[in-house]
Amino acid sequence: MKKYSGFSLFKHSLSHHENWQAAWRSPQPKKEYDVIIVGGGGHGLATAYYLAKVHGITNVAVVEKGYLGGGNTARNTTIVRSNYLWDEASKLYDHSLDLWKDLSQDLNYNVMFSQRGVLNLGHTLQDMRDIERRVNANRLNGIDGVVLDTAGVKEIVPIINDSQDIRYPVLGASWQATAGVARHDAVAWGFARGADSFGVDLIQQCEVVDIVTEEGAVVGVKTTLGFIGAKKVACVTAGNSGVMAAMVGLRLPIESRPLQALVSEPIKPILDTVVMSNAVHAYVSQSDKGDLVIGAGTDSYNGYGQRGSFNVVEHTLSAICELFPMFSRVRMNRAWGGVVDTCPDACPIISKTSIKGLFFNCGWGTGGFKATPGSGHVFAHTLAHDEAHPLAAPFSIDRFSTGHLIDEHGAAGVAH
Amino acid sequence: MHHIYCPYCEEIREEEEYSYTGEAHIERPKDPASISDDAWANYIFFRTNPRGIHHEMWYHAAGCRRYFNATRDTNSYQIHETYKMGELPTVTAKTIAADALTALQGEVS
Repeated sequence: MKKYSGFSLFKHSLSHHENWQAAWRSPQPKKEYDVIIVGGGGHGLATAYYLAKVHGITNVAVVEKGYLGGGNTARNTTIVRSNYLWDEASKLYDHSLDLWKDLSQDLNYNVMFSQRGVLNLGHTLQDMRDIERRVNANRLNGIDGVVLDTAGVKEIVPIINDSQDIRYPVLGASWQATAGVARHDAVAWGFARGADSFGVDLIQQCEVVDIVTEEGAVVGVKTTLGFIGAKKVACVTAGNSGVMAAMVGLRLPIESRPLQALVSEPIKPILDTVVMSNAVHAYVSQSDKGDLVIGAGTDSYNGYGQRGSFNVVEHTLSAICELFPMFSRVRMNRAWGGVVDTCPDACPIISKTSIKGLFFNCGWGTGGFKATPGSGHVFAHTLAHDEAHPLAAPFSIDRFSTGHLIDEHGAAGVAH
Repeated sequence: MHHIYCPYCEEIREEEEYSYTGEAHIERPKDPASISDDAWANYIFFRTNPRGIHHEMWYHAAGCRRYFNATRDTNSYQIHETYKMGELPTVTAKTIAADALTALQGEVS
Protein backbone atom coordinates (compact mmCIF):
# COMPACT_ATOMS: atom_id res chain seq x y z
CA MET A 1 0.00 0.00 0.00
CA LYS A 2 1.41 3.38 -0.99
CA LYS A 3 1.05 5.96 1.72
CA TYR A 4 -1.17 8.96 1.04
CA SER A 5 0.47 12.27 1.93
CA GLY A 6 0.72 15.87 0.84
CA PHE A 7 3.85 14.93 -1.03
CA SER A 8 2.17 12.05 -2.89
CA LEU A 9 -0.66 14.39 -3.84
CA PHE A 10 1.90 16.81 -5.29
CA LYS A 11 3.81 14.03 -7.05
CA HIS A 12 0.68 12.64 -8.68
CA SER A 13 -0.45 16.10 -9.74
CA LEU A 14 2.56 16.10 -12.09
CA SER A 15 1.05 13.14 -13.94
CA HIS A 16 -2.50 14.53 -13.84
CA HIS A 17 -3.54 12.06 -11.10
CA GLU A 18 -3.72 9.26 -13.64
CA ASN A 19 -1.29 6.87 -11.92
CA TRP A 20 -2.77 6.37 -8.46
CA GLN A 21 -2.55 2.82 -7.22
CA ALA A 22 -5.93 1.10 -6.83
CA ALA A 23 -7.06 1.42 -3.21
CA TRP A 24 -7.57 -2.34 -2.95
CA ARG A 25 -7.28 -5.49 -5.05
CA SER A 26 -10.26 -7.37 -6.50
CA PRO A 27 -9.17 -10.97 -5.94
CA GLN A 28 -10.90 -14.22 -6.80
CA PRO A 29 -11.90 -16.16 -3.69
CA LYS A 30 -9.42 -18.74 -2.37
CA LYS A 31 -10.58 -22.27 -1.50
CA GLU A 32 -10.53 -21.67 2.22
CA TYR A 33 -10.06 -18.90 4.77
CA ASP A 34 -9.57 -18.79 8.51
CA VAL A 35 -12.38 -16.27 8.77
CA ILE A 36 -15.06 -15.23 6.30
CA ILE A 37 -16.83 -12.01 7.10
CA VAL A 38 -20.20 -11.78 5.41
CA GLY A 39 -21.05 -8.17 4.63
CA GLY A 40 -18.70 -5.50 3.32
CA GLY A 41 -20.14 -2.51 5.13
CA GLY A 42 -18.33 -0.35 7.63
CA HIS A 43 -18.65 -2.83 10.51
CA GLY A 44 -17.56 -5.84 8.43
CA LEU A 45 -14.58 -4.01 6.95
CA ALA A 46 -13.58 -2.64 10.36
CA THR A 47 -13.74 -6.18 11.74
CA ALA A 48 -11.44 -7.42 8.96
CA TYR A 49 -9.04 -4.53 9.50
CA TYR A 50 -8.69 -5.08 13.26
CA LEU A 51 -8.51 -8.87 12.85
CA ALA A 52 -5.47 -8.36 10.67
CA LYS A 53 -3.91 -5.44 12.47
CA VAL A 54 -4.47 -6.29 16.13
CA HIS A 55 -4.68 -10.08 16.04
CA GLY A 56 -2.47 -10.92 13.06
CA ILE A 57 -5.19 -12.99 11.38
CA THR A 58 -4.85 -12.15 7.72
CA ASN A 59 -6.23 -15.22 5.96
CA VAL A 60 -9.58 -13.45 5.88
CA ALA A 61 -12.17 -12.69 3.22
CA VAL A 62 -14.92 -10.10 3.29
CA VAL A 63 -17.75 -11.31 1.06
CA GLU A 64 -20.16 -8.65 -0.15
CA LYS A 65 -23.19 -9.18 -2.38
CA GLY A 66 -23.17 -5.63 -3.72
CA TYR A 67 -20.31 -3.20 -3.45
CA LEU A 68 -18.30 -2.13 -0.41
CA GLY A 69 -20.11 0.28 1.87
CA GLY A 70 -23.19 0.30 -0.34
CA GLY A 71 -25.77 -0.60 2.29
CA ASN A 72 -26.49 1.23 5.50
CA THR A 73 -22.93 2.61 5.57
CA ALA A 74 -23.89 4.76 2.59
CA ARG A 75 -27.36 5.53 3.89
CA ASN A 76 -26.95 6.88 7.41
CA THR A 77 -26.70 10.45 8.66
CA THR A 78 -23.07 10.05 9.85
CA ILE A 79 -23.56 11.14 13.47
CA VAL A 80 -20.95 10.00 15.99
CA ARG A 81 -21.65 10.34 19.73
CA SER A 82 -21.38 8.27 22.89
CA ASN A 83 -23.89 9.81 25.31
CA TYR A 84 -25.75 6.57 26.05
CA LEU A 85 -27.43 6.05 29.41
CA TRP A 86 -26.34 2.63 30.61
CA ASP A 87 -22.79 1.68 31.59
CA GLU A 88 -22.50 -1.18 29.10
CA ALA A 89 -23.65 0.86 26.10
CA SER A 90 -21.84 4.06 26.96
CA LYS A 91 -18.55 2.18 27.41
CA LEU A 92 -18.94 0.46 24.05
CA TYR A 93 -19.79 3.65 22.18
CA ASP A 94 -17.12 5.66 24.01
CA HIS A 95 -14.54 3.04 23.07
CA SER A 96 -15.62 3.67 19.51
CA LEU A 97 -15.40 7.44 19.92
CA ASP A 98 -11.82 7.04 21.19
CA LEU A 99 -10.93 5.11 18.04
CA TRP A 100 -12.60 7.74 15.85
CA LYS A 101 -10.23 10.42 17.17
CA ASP A 102 -7.14 8.85 15.59
CA LEU A 103 -8.84 6.93 12.83
CA SER A 104 -7.69 9.10 9.91
CA GLN A 105 -4.04 8.79 11.04
CA ASP A 106 -4.40 5.09 11.80
CA LEU A 107 -5.89 4.30 8.39
CA ASN A 108 -3.85 6.92 6.49
CA TYR A 109 -7.22 7.85 5.01
CA ASN A 110 -9.12 11.05 5.75
CA VAL A 111 -12.44 10.01 7.28
CA MET A 112 -13.21 13.69 7.87
CA PHE A 113 -14.15 13.13 11.51
CA SER A 114 -15.39 16.48 12.72
CA GLN A 115 -16.09 16.93 16.43
CA ARG A 116 -18.68 19.63 16.02
CA GLY A 117 -20.83 18.58 18.97
CA VAL A 118 -24.30 17.10 19.22
CA LEU A 119 -27.36 18.62 20.87
CA ASN A 120 -30.20 16.41 22.05
CA LEU A 121 -33.14 18.75 22.59
CA GLY A 122 -35.71 18.55 25.36
CA HIS A 123 -39.23 19.86 24.83
CA THR A 124 -41.04 18.91 28.02
CA LEU A 125 -40.22 18.88 31.72
CA GLN A 126 -39.90 15.10 31.57
CA ASP A 127 -37.51 15.41 28.63
CA MET A 128 -35.34 17.73 30.71
CA ARG A 129 -35.38 15.37 33.70
CA ASP A 130 -34.33 12.51 31.42
CA ILE A 131 -31.59 14.67 29.94
CA GLU A 132 -30.24 15.55 33.37
CA ARG A 133 -30.25 11.92 34.39
CA ARG A 134 -28.47 10.89 31.19
CA VAL A 135 -25.85 13.64 31.37
CA ASN A 136 -25.14 12.75 35.00
CA ALA A 137 -24.79 9.09 34.05
CA ASN A 138 -22.48 10.06 31.18
CA ARG A 139 -20.25 12.14 33.41
CA LEU A 140 -19.97 9.31 35.93
CA ASN A 141 -18.75 7.18 33.02
CA GLY A 142 -16.20 9.80 31.99
CA ILE A 143 -18.16 10.98 28.97
CA ASP A 144 -18.38 14.72 28.53
CA GLY A 145 -21.80 16.29 28.64
CA VAL A 146 -23.57 19.38 29.90
CA VAL A 147 -27.21 20.32 30.34
CA LEU A 148 -28.16 23.52 28.57
CA ASP A 149 -31.20 25.74 28.99
CA THR A 150 -32.97 27.48 26.11
CA ALA A 151 -30.49 30.38 26.09
CA GLY A 152 -27.59 27.92 26.06
CA VAL A 153 -29.03 26.16 23.03
CA LYS A 154 -29.63 29.48 21.30
CA GLU A 155 -26.00 30.44 21.86
CA ILE A 156 -24.79 27.33 20.05
CA VAL A 157 -27.47 27.38 17.34
CA PRO A 158 -28.57 30.99 16.83
CA ILE A 159 -31.01 30.06 14.06
CA ILE A 160 -33.13 27.77 16.25
CA ASN A 161 -36.67 28.83 17.05
CA ASP A 162 -36.58 29.61 20.79
CA SER A 163 -40.16 30.84 21.01
CA GLN A 164 -41.97 29.38 24.01
CA ASP A 165 -45.28 29.60 22.13
CA ILE A 166 -44.70 26.77 19.68
CA ARG A 167 -46.27 23.34 20.17
CA TYR A 168 -43.03 21.78 21.45
CA PRO A 169 -40.82 24.64 22.69
CA VAL A 170 -37.09 24.07 23.13
CA LEU A 171 -36.62 23.95 26.92
CA GLY A 172 -32.99 22.90 26.77
CA ALA A 173 -30.68 20.18 25.60
CA SER A 174 -27.84 17.88 26.40
CA TRP A 175 -24.60 18.86 24.69
CA GLN A 176 -21.77 16.48 23.95
CA ALA A 177 -18.98 18.63 22.56
CA THR A 178 -16.74 15.71 21.56
CA ALA A 179 -19.46 14.20 19.36
CA GLY A 180 -19.73 15.03 15.70
CA VAL A 181 -19.92 13.62 12.20
CA ALA A 182 -17.65 11.72 9.81
CA ARG A 183 -17.59 11.03 6.11
CA HIS A 184 -19.41 7.69 5.87
CA ASP A 185 -18.05 6.44 2.52
CA ALA A 186 -14.49 7.30 3.52
CA VAL A 187 -14.86 5.17 6.64
CA ALA A 188 -15.75 2.10 4.58
CA TRP A 189 -13.07 2.83 1.98
CA GLY A 190 -10.41 3.57 4.60
CA PHE A 191 -11.06 0.30 6.43
CA ALA A 192 -11.22 -1.56 3.10
CA ARG A 193 -7.88 -0.16 1.97
CA GLY A 194 -6.34 -0.85 5.37
CA ALA A 195 -7.62 -4.44 5.49
CA ASP A 196 -6.49 -5.09 1.93
CA SER A 197 -2.98 -3.86 2.77
CA PHE A 198 -2.72 -6.67 5.33
CA GLY A 199 -3.74 -9.23 2.70
CA VAL A 200 -7.47 -9.50 3.45
CA ASP A 201 -9.42 -10.45 0.31
CA LEU A 202 -12.35 -8.13 -0.41
CA ILE A 203 -14.73 -10.03 -2.66
CA GLN A 204 -17.53 -7.93 -4.10
CA GLN A 205 -20.55 -8.95 -6.20
CA CYS A 206 -20.58 -12.27 -4.38
CA GLU A 207 -23.71 -13.17 -2.47
CA VAL A 208 -23.74 -15.76 0.28
CA VAL A 209 -26.71 -18.04 -0.45
CA ASP A 210 -26.13 -20.61 2.28
CA ILE A 211 -24.02 -21.27 5.35
CA VAL A 212 -22.70 -24.82 5.33
CA THR A 213 -22.38 -26.69 8.62
CA GLU A 214 -21.22 -30.18 9.53
CA GLU A 215 -21.98 -31.72 12.93
CA GLY A 216 -22.92 -28.39 14.44
CA ALA A 217 -19.87 -26.53 13.19
CA VAL A 218 -19.40 -24.13 10.31
CA VAL A 219 -17.33 -25.38 7.38
CA GLY A 220 -17.91 -22.62 4.87
CA VAL A 221 -20.38 -20.65 2.79
CA LYS A 222 -22.07 -21.30 -0.52
CA THR A 223 -21.90 -18.20 -2.67
CA THR A 224 -22.79 -17.07 -6.16
CA LEU A 225 -19.09 -17.66 -6.95
CA GLY A 226 -19.17 -21.20 -5.53
CA PHE A 227 -18.30 -22.79 -2.20
CA ILE A 228 -15.71 -21.09 0.01
CA GLY A 229 -14.42 -22.97 3.04
CA ALA A 230 -13.98 -21.26 6.39
CA LYS A 231 -13.13 -22.16 9.98
CA LYS A 232 -15.18 -19.22 11.20
CA VAL A 233 -18.01 -17.26 9.62
CA ALA A 234 -18.93 -13.85 10.93
CA CYS A 235 -22.21 -12.30 9.78
CA VAL A 236 -22.17 -8.52 9.80
CA THR A 237 -25.19 -8.08 7.60
CA ALA A 238 -27.38 -5.53 9.41
CA GLY A 239 -30.92 -5.73 8.04
CA ASN A 240 -30.33 -9.10 6.42
CA SER A 241 -29.13 -10.78 9.61
CA GLY A 242 -32.44 -12.62 9.99
CA VAL A 243 -32.03 -14.01 6.48
CA MET A 244 -28.51 -15.21 7.33
CA ALA A 245 -29.68 -16.78 10.60
CA ALA A 246 -32.51 -18.60 8.81
CA MET A 247 -29.90 -20.35 6.62
CA VAL A 248 -28.84 -22.37 9.65
CA GLY A 249 -32.28 -22.59 11.19
CA LEU A 250 -31.69 -19.92 13.84
CA ARG A 251 -33.91 -17.01 14.73
CA LEU A 252 -32.79 -13.67 16.12
CA PRO A 253 -34.53 -11.12 18.35
CA ILE A 254 -34.40 -8.72 15.44
CA GLU A 255 -36.89 -7.12 13.10
CA SER A 256 -35.77 -5.38 9.93
CA ARG A 257 -37.32 -2.03 9.12
CA PRO A 258 -36.72 0.70 6.58
CA LEU A 259 -35.15 3.85 8.04
CA GLN A 260 -35.13 6.95 5.91
CA ALA A 261 -32.80 9.87 5.43
CA LEU A 262 -32.76 12.76 3.02
CA VAL A 263 -30.56 15.63 1.94
CA SER A 264 -31.39 19.09 0.71
CA GLU A 265 -29.87 21.11 -2.06
CA PRO A 266 -26.49 22.55 -0.99
CA ILE A 267 -26.76 25.87 0.81
CA LYS A 268 -24.22 28.21 2.39
CA PRO A 269 -22.87 27.26 5.85
CA ILE A 270 -25.66 27.83 8.37
CA LEU A 271 -25.54 24.97 10.88
CA ASP A 272 -22.16 24.02 12.37
CA THR A 273 -23.32 21.36 14.81
CA VAL A 274 -25.74 18.42 14.96
CA VAL A 275 -29.24 18.98 16.33
CA MET A 276 -31.31 16.00 17.37
CA SER A 277 -34.71 15.87 18.96
CA ASN A 278 -36.14 12.69 20.31
CA ALA A 279 -39.56 14.08 21.18
CA VAL A 280 -40.52 15.69 17.87
CA HIS A 281 -38.35 13.29 15.91
CA ALA A 282 -35.95 15.41 13.93
CA TYR A 283 -32.25 15.41 13.43
CA VAL A 284 -30.26 17.58 11.16
CA SER A 285 -26.70 18.59 10.40
CA GLN A 286 -25.01 20.26 7.47
CA SER A 287 -22.45 18.41 5.40
CA ASP A 288 -19.20 19.97 4.23
CA LYS A 289 -20.78 20.12 0.78
CA GLY A 290 -23.52 22.34 2.18
CA ASP A 291 -26.55 20.08 2.05
CA LEU A 292 -28.70 19.61 5.12
CA VAL A 293 -28.51 15.97 6.16
CA ILE A 294 -31.79 14.94 7.73
CA GLY A 295 -32.74 11.71 9.44
CA ALA A 296 -36.35 10.63 9.38
CA GLY A 297 -37.89 7.76 11.31
CA THR A 298 -38.34 4.08 10.69
CA ASP A 299 -41.47 2.74 9.16
CA SER A 300 -43.54 0.94 11.73
CA TYR A 301 -43.59 -2.35 9.83
CA ASN A 302 -40.98 -4.90 8.76
CA GLY A 303 -39.54 -4.28 5.33
CA TYR A 304 -36.50 -5.00 3.21
CA GLY A 305 -37.38 -2.47 0.52
CA GLN A 306 -34.66 0.18 1.12
CA ARG A 307 -37.35 2.79 0.78
CA GLY A 308 -39.85 4.20 3.22
CA SER A 309 -43.22 5.86 3.53
CA PHE A 310 -43.76 9.47 2.59
CA ASN A 311 -45.70 10.22 5.76
CA VAL A 312 -42.55 9.47 7.80
CA VAL A 313 -40.58 12.08 5.85
CA GLU A 314 -43.42 14.57 6.18
CA HIS A 315 -43.49 14.08 9.95
CA THR A 316 -39.78 14.80 10.33
CA LEU A 317 -39.78 17.78 8.01
CA SER A 318 -42.71 19.40 9.80
CA ALA A 319 -40.72 19.14 13.06
CA ILE A 320 -37.61 20.61 11.43
CA CYS A 321 -39.59 23.48 9.93
CA GLU A 322 -40.93 24.35 13.37
CA LEU A 323 -37.45 24.23 14.93
CA PHE A 324 -35.84 26.04 12.00
CA PRO A 325 -38.47 28.20 10.24
CA MET A 326 -35.77 29.50 7.87
CA PHE A 327 -35.39 25.99 6.39
CA SER A 328 -39.01 25.89 5.27
CA ARG A 329 -38.16 26.87 1.71
CA VAL A 330 -35.10 24.68 1.29
CA ARG A 331 -35.73 22.05 -1.36
CA MET A 332 -34.94 18.43 -0.72
CA ASN A 333 -32.66 16.78 -3.20
CA ARG A 334 -32.67 13.06 -2.48
CA ALA A 335 -34.35 10.65 -0.08
CA TRP A 336 -33.55 7.01 0.52
CA GLY A 337 -34.06 4.17 2.96
CA GLY A 338 -31.80 1.63 4.60
CA VAL A 339 -32.88 -1.64 6.16
CA VAL A 340 -32.02 -1.48 9.85
CA ASP A 341 -31.90 -4.43 12.23
CA THR A 342 -33.83 -3.28 15.27
CA CYS A 343 -33.38 -5.10 18.55
CA PRO A 344 -35.94 -5.10 21.39
CA ASP A 345 -33.57 -3.17 23.70
CA ALA A 346 -32.05 -0.96 20.99
CA CYS A 347 -28.62 -2.45 21.64
CA PRO A 348 -26.49 -4.60 19.37
CA ILE A 349 -25.83 -8.33 19.46
CA ILE A 350 -22.12 -9.16 19.32
CA SER A 351 -22.11 -12.83 19.95
CA LYS A 352 -21.21 -16.43 19.37
CA THR A 353 -24.09 -18.70 18.43
CA SER A 354 -25.11 -22.26 19.20
CA ILE A 355 -23.27 -23.27 16.01
CA LYS A 356 -19.52 -23.62 16.44
CA GLY A 357 -17.60 -21.04 14.45
CA LEU A 358 -20.64 -18.94 13.57
CA PHE A 359 -20.70 -15.41 14.93
CA PHE A 360 -23.11 -12.53 14.61
CA ASN A 361 -22.56 -8.80 14.91
CA CYS A 362 -25.95 -7.24 14.32
CA GLY A 363 -28.87 -5.46 15.91
CA TRP A 364 -27.26 -2.03 15.70
CA GLY A 365 -30.61 -0.80 14.47
CA THR A 366 -30.86 2.88 13.77
CA GLY A 367 -27.54 3.92 15.28
CA GLY A 368 -24.70 1.72 14.10
CA PHE A 369 -22.56 4.17 12.16
CA LYS A 370 -21.09 5.84 15.24
CA ALA A 371 -19.94 2.45 16.47
CA THR A 372 -18.17 1.37 13.27
CA PRO A 373 -14.56 1.31 14.57
CA GLY A 374 -15.48 0.12 18.07
CA SER A 375 -17.78 -2.58 16.76
CA GLY A 376 -15.10 -3.91 14.43
CA HIS A 377 -12.47 -3.71 17.17
CA VAL A 378 -14.38 -5.70 19.82
CA PHE A 379 -15.84 -8.14 17.30
CA ALA A 380 -12.38 -8.90 15.91
CA HIS A 381 -11.28 -9.75 19.46
CA THR A 382 -14.33 -11.99 19.89
CA LEU A 383 -13.53 -13.79 16.62
CA ALA A 384 -9.83 -14.15 17.34
CA HIS A 385 -10.18 -15.47 20.89
CA ASP A 386 -13.50 -17.34 20.63
CA GLU A 387 -14.43 -15.32 23.65
CA ALA A 388 -16.17 -11.98 23.92
CA HIS A 389 -14.12 -8.82 24.33
CA PRO A 390 -14.92 -7.45 27.83
CA LEU A 391 -16.80 -4.53 26.29
CA ALA A 392 -18.77 -6.88 24.02
CA ALA A 393 -19.61 -9.45 26.70
CA PRO A 394 -22.83 -7.75 27.88
CA PHE A 395 -24.07 -7.79 24.28
CA SER A 396 -24.27 -11.55 23.97
CA ILE A 397 -27.46 -13.01 22.56
CA ASP A 398 -27.90 -14.78 25.92
CA ARG A 399 -29.16 -11.56 27.45
CA PHE A 400 -32.60 -12.21 26.02
CA SER A 401 -32.85 -15.39 28.10
CA THR A 402 -31.16 -14.08 31.24
CA GLY A 403 -33.20 -10.89 31.15
CA HIS A 404 -30.13 -8.67 31.39
CA LEU A 405 -31.34 -6.31 28.66
CA ILE A 406 -29.63 -2.97 28.14
CA ASP A 407 -32.62 -0.78 27.53
CA GLU A 408 -31.43 2.16 25.49
CA HIS A 409 -34.81 2.96 23.96
CA GLY A 410 -35.40 6.64 24.48
CA ALA A 411 -32.97 6.66 27.36
CA ALA A 412 -30.06 7.37 25.06
CA GLY A 413 -31.71 10.14 23.15
CA VAL A 414 -32.11 7.61 20.38
CA ALA A 415 -34.65 9.20 18.15
CA HIS A 416 -36.56 6.11 17.10
CA MET B 1 -47.89 4.45 2.16
CA HIS B 2 -50.01 1.34 2.31
CA HIS B 3 -53.69 1.26 1.57
CA ILE B 4 -55.00 -1.47 3.81
CA TYR B 5 -58.31 -3.30 3.68
CA CYS B 6 -59.77 -3.73 7.16
CA PRO B 7 -61.64 -7.05 7.24
CA TYR B 8 -63.98 -5.72 9.95
CA CYS B 9 -64.76 -2.29 8.48
CA GLU B 10 -64.69 -3.87 5.00
CA GLU B 11 -63.09 -0.73 3.64
CA ILE B 12 -59.69 0.28 2.29
CA ARG B 13 -58.10 2.93 4.50
CA GLU B 14 -54.73 4.70 4.64
CA GLU B 15 -51.87 3.24 6.64
CA GLU B 16 -51.87 6.11 9.13
CA GLU B 17 -55.18 4.85 10.55
CA TYR B 18 -53.44 1.64 11.57
CA SER B 19 -50.73 0.56 13.96
CA TYR B 20 -48.42 -2.28 13.13
CA THR B 21 -48.15 -4.75 15.97
CA GLY B 22 -45.71 -7.37 14.73
CA GLU B 23 -45.59 -10.98 13.69
CA ALA B 24 -48.88 -12.89 13.77
CA HIS B 25 -49.78 -16.40 14.91
CA ILE B 26 -47.38 -16.39 17.88
CA GLU B 27 -48.92 -18.53 20.55
CA ARG B 28 -48.39 -17.67 24.19
CA PRO B 29 -47.01 -20.68 26.08
CA LYS B 30 -49.85 -22.26 28.04
CA ASP B 31 -47.85 -22.68 31.23
CA PRO B 32 -45.08 -20.03 31.29
CA ALA B 33 -43.80 -21.13 34.70
CA SER B 34 -42.93 -24.60 33.47
CA ILE B 35 -40.90 -23.65 30.39
CA SER B 36 -37.21 -22.79 30.17
CA ASP B 37 -35.85 -19.24 30.02
CA ASP B 38 -34.79 -19.88 26.44
CA ALA B 39 -38.29 -20.94 25.45
CA TRP B 40 -39.76 -17.87 27.12
CA ALA B 41 -37.21 -15.61 25.39
CA ASN B 42 -38.12 -17.27 22.13
CA TYR B 43 -41.77 -16.38 22.69
CA ILE B 44 -41.11 -12.80 23.83
CA PHE B 45 -38.24 -11.63 21.63
CA PHE B 46 -37.28 -13.96 18.79
CA ARG B 47 -38.95 -13.46 15.42
CA THR B 48 -38.77 -15.04 11.97
CA ASN B 49 -38.29 -11.64 10.30
CA PRO B 50 -38.50 -13.10 6.77
CA ARG B 51 -37.48 -11.42 3.56
CA GLY B 52 -40.65 -12.22 1.64
CA ILE B 53 -44.06 -13.40 2.81
CA HIS B 54 -44.85 -12.27 6.34
CA HIS B 55 -47.99 -12.80 8.40
CA GLU B 56 -48.44 -9.87 10.72
CA MET B 57 -50.91 -8.15 13.00
CA TRP B 58 -52.32 -4.70 12.41
CA TYR B 59 -54.53 -2.65 14.72
CA HIS B 60 -57.13 -0.35 13.22
CA ALA B 61 -56.42 2.39 15.78
CA ALA B 62 -58.35 5.22 14.12
CA GLY B 63 -61.15 2.98 12.88
CA CYS B 64 -62.89 0.00 14.45
CA ARG B 65 -60.05 -0.42 16.98
CA ARG B 66 -59.80 -4.13 16.31
CA TYR B 67 -56.81 -6.31 15.55
CA PHE B 68 -56.60 -8.29 12.32
CA ASN B 69 -53.92 -10.13 10.37
CA ALA B 70 -52.32 -9.38 7.03
CA THR B 71 -50.15 -11.38 4.66
CA ARG B 72 -47.62 -8.99 3.20
CA ASP B 73 -44.45 -9.31 1.15
CA THR B 74 -41.63 -7.51 3.01
CA ASN B 75 -39.71 -7.12 -0.23
CA SER B 76 -42.35 -5.80 -2.62
CA TYR B 77 -44.64 -4.49 0.17
CA GLN B 78 -47.60 -6.05 -1.64
CA ILE B 79 -50.41 -6.95 0.74
CA HIS B 80 -51.79 -10.28 -0.47
CA GLU B 81 -54.69 -10.47 1.95
CA THR B 82 -56.04 -9.34 5.27
CA TYR B 83 -58.06 -11.65 7.46
CA LYS B 84 -59.83 -11.67 10.79
CA MET B 85 -58.28 -12.83 14.03
CA GLY B 86 -58.66 -16.57 14.48
CA GLU B 87 -58.63 -17.22 10.75
CA LEU B 88 -55.70 -18.78 8.90
CA PRO B 89 -53.98 -17.20 5.92
CA THR B 90 -54.86 -18.50 2.46
CA VAL B 91 -51.67 -17.06 0.97
CA THR B 92 -48.37 -18.36 2.37
CA ALA B 93 -44.79 -18.64 1.15
CA LYS B 94 -45.68 -22.20 0.06
CA THR B 95 -48.75 -21.24 -1.99
CA ILE B 96 -46.81 -18.40 -3.64
CA ALA B 97 -44.01 -20.80 -4.60
CA ALA B 98 -46.55 -23.32 -5.90
CA ASP B 99 -48.32 -20.62 -7.95
CA ALA B 100 -45.01 -19.50 -9.41
CA LEU B 101 -44.21 -23.08 -10.36
CA THR B 102 -47.60 -23.55 -12.04
CA ALA B 103 -47.15 -20.31 -13.98
CA LEU B 104 -43.70 -21.45 -15.07
CA GLN B 105 -44.99 -24.85 -16.20
CA GLY B 106 -47.78 -23.09 -18.12
CA GLU B 107 -45.18 -21.07 -19.98
CA VAL B 108 -43.14 -24.16 -20.79
CA SER B 109 -46.13 -26.16 -22.10
